[in-house]
Amino acid sequence: MSSTTRPAVYSPRSTLDARPEHSADSPVSIHAMTVAYARKPVLWDVDYDAPSNALIAIVGPNGAGKSTLIKACLGLIPRAAGTVEFWGQSYKHARSRIGYVPQRESVDWDFPVSALDVVCMGRYRKIGWCRPVSKSHKLAAMEALDRVGMADFAKRQISQLSGGQQQRVFLARALTQEAELYFMDEPFAGVDAATERAIIDVLRELRSNGKTVIVVHHDLQTVPEYFDHVLLLNMRIVASGPVSEVFTADNLQKTYGGRLTLLAEAAEAVARAAKGS
Amino acid sequence: MNDLPINFEEILETLALQGGFNTNAVILGTTLLGIAAGVIGSFALLRKRSLTADALSHATLPGIAGAFLIATSMGYSGRSMPLLMLGAAITGILGVACIHLILHHSRLKEDAAIGIVLSVFFGIGIVLLSLVQTSSSGSGAGLNHYIYGQTAAMTRSDAAIMGTIGIVASIIALVMLKEFMVVCFNETFARSTGLPVWLIDSIMLGLVVLITVSGLQAVGLILIVAMIIIPPAAARFWTDRLWKLVLISALIGGLSGYAGASISALFPRKPAGAVIVLVAGSIFAISMLFAPTRGVLADTIRRLRLKLLIARDHVLESLYEIESDIEGARHPNASIMLIKLIAMRGWITTSNNTLALTEAGRIQGQRIHRNHKLWEQYLVSYADIAPTHVDWSVDQVEHVLTDELIAELEEALRVRGITIENGDPA
Repeated sequence: MSSTTRPAVYSPRSTLDARPEHSADSPVSIHAMTVAYARKPVLWDVDYDAPSNALIAIVGPNGAGKSTLIKACLGLIPRAAGTVEFWGQSYKHARSRIGYVPQRESVDWDFPVSALDVVCMGRYRKIGWCRPVSKSHKLAAMEALDRVGMADFAKRQISQLSGGQQQRVFLARALTQEAELYFMDEPFAGVDAATERAIIDVLRELRSNGKTVIVVHHDLQTVPEYFDHVLLLNMRIVASGPVSEVFTADNLQKTYGGRLTLLAEAAEAVARAAKGS
Repeated sequence: MNDLPINFEEILETLALQGGFNTNAVILGTTLLGIAAGVIGSFALLRKRSLTADALSHATLPGIAGAFLIATSMGYSGRSMPLLMLGAAITGILGVACIHLILHHSRLKEDAAIGIVLSVFFGIGIVLLSLVQTSSSGSGAGLNHYIYGQTAAMTRSDAAIMGTIGIVASIIALVMLKEFMVVCFNETFARSTGLPVWLIDSIMLGLVVLITVSGLQAVGLILIVAMIIIPPAAARFWTDRLWKLVLISALIGGLSGYAGASISALFPRKPAGAVIVLVAGSIFAISMLFAPTRGVLADTIRRLRLKLLIARDHVLESLYEIESDIEGARHPNASIMLIKLIAMRGWITTSNNTLALTEAGRIQGQRIHRNHKLWEQYLVSYADIAPTHVDWSVDQVEHVLTDELIAELEEALRVRGITIENGDPA
């Protein structure tokens, strides 16, 4: 009733309602998404429509929920609220058009497989259950390895590759998925100069072929050079849009400045209440 | 005490499967079970589920005793193997379900959850077993065999069931190799491509259940998990390709099963399970010590060689510095053995009780000296480390610099206007 007496109060609900829920043209359209780990919210009410045919960076401080945003889009972690659509479809229906590069640290690189074996995993969906990897799929995998400059290392066991080479193997695996939209989680983290060049070349090639790539990125310096669009994230979307408009000192200050935002404190409170302590 | 009734011929007969039809069936069945355990164990190892398998096998005991009690109370024979296996599978799976429940609804970690389930289920099993022994006038005494394993008590059809399950389980695992591989290596990626990870995990678990319950009689529930863990762990030392790992693991598992059942047939009081595990354990120990590249011995040799190489480099470097009158040159500190080794390479001469570099040795010494200076300069000018503080790290790095790294170093220093000719910054 207070809102009726004070109509000037800003109401997020009404602006959301005014906005169409999803854009069917957008490769990814996120609507009112909240994600929580063990009941502790890490992303609050995210709304985002990605432009198509663009290189998009997600930037934000540690713990801002960058990887969480990607994983929640891909259904790898459950959403507490909200919906995500891809070209107006659910993830289940759009899956064959989406590629994914997980964080390099997320796997055990001492696993007994070769670089080529890992890249072939990108073809498993096309190959189907219980069938061996045929020659044509192996060729496609070799081609992808060649595109990232790793053809000579196809037979190497993956623990014998450098960090940058391992990252390129992951990128090659995503390329064999022949997707239209790619999610990449920190592909530039801890890589050598040669790998960084190889990755950015591949990203630009993907863009010139009309694809969209969403990249979790940690190096603010290279954002204007590498990306068209940027999404500034710190538990909620601080700003999003073309790099030239959004990537400003003011917005960066809002994203990175300040120790604990009220959001983080509220999240801690929710988590404590859930634990009963 | 005729525990050692054996003559040499009898041993040969048994090992060559000439020891009577029943014995042969049991040996063959146990071998097939060992092969299957090796194959399926490979995936349990890579999925880091080896200990879950241990909880599962211990949780089969209440199922065995419970199935016996229910069957006898309904007037059937409680000794039928398929019936006992069914009971074992039910409580085994229940045990694994309990682990997941504990993990999901508490903040306990997996090791604690496994420990709780393993001991509680085993305890229930022991209580039920004591009921069996008091109530059924001795007919249930044979159930003890399921704890420690006893091949001698097995019938031909028991062995046939065991062998068939082994073959079927191995085939399923090999057909699904690709799916198992991607789930074991990178679960999140597998899920992102739409692979039902829970289903694949369930199939893997189902295969472990099959192996466990079918091996209970021969190996016993305490030691069956060793057949699943040890062969792939030993095989891992010999290869870094999944299909080879599965193959070698199957071989080790099969060999262990064959040897265990054969020895148990020769010495009927020796429990097959223990012998199988001892054979597998020996193979593991040999693998860990002597496997090329991944074995302890190979690793030690590699480390000693590097140490020798570094010591050799230091001698050459010191001699080069002394002979070139470079400031701060230290006298080489080396054993006679080392000096002799370097002399054998033709890098130094030891005439008249003094050391001198040959032409080839001089080139080596110069190269090491230059590497030293390159890295030292890099640390000083790029990492802001005082020159007096870099000695140890330089001594480690100067021997391992590749041509590629040297080129990068030269470039990095050139950018800052530093060139190093024969080791002296200009």
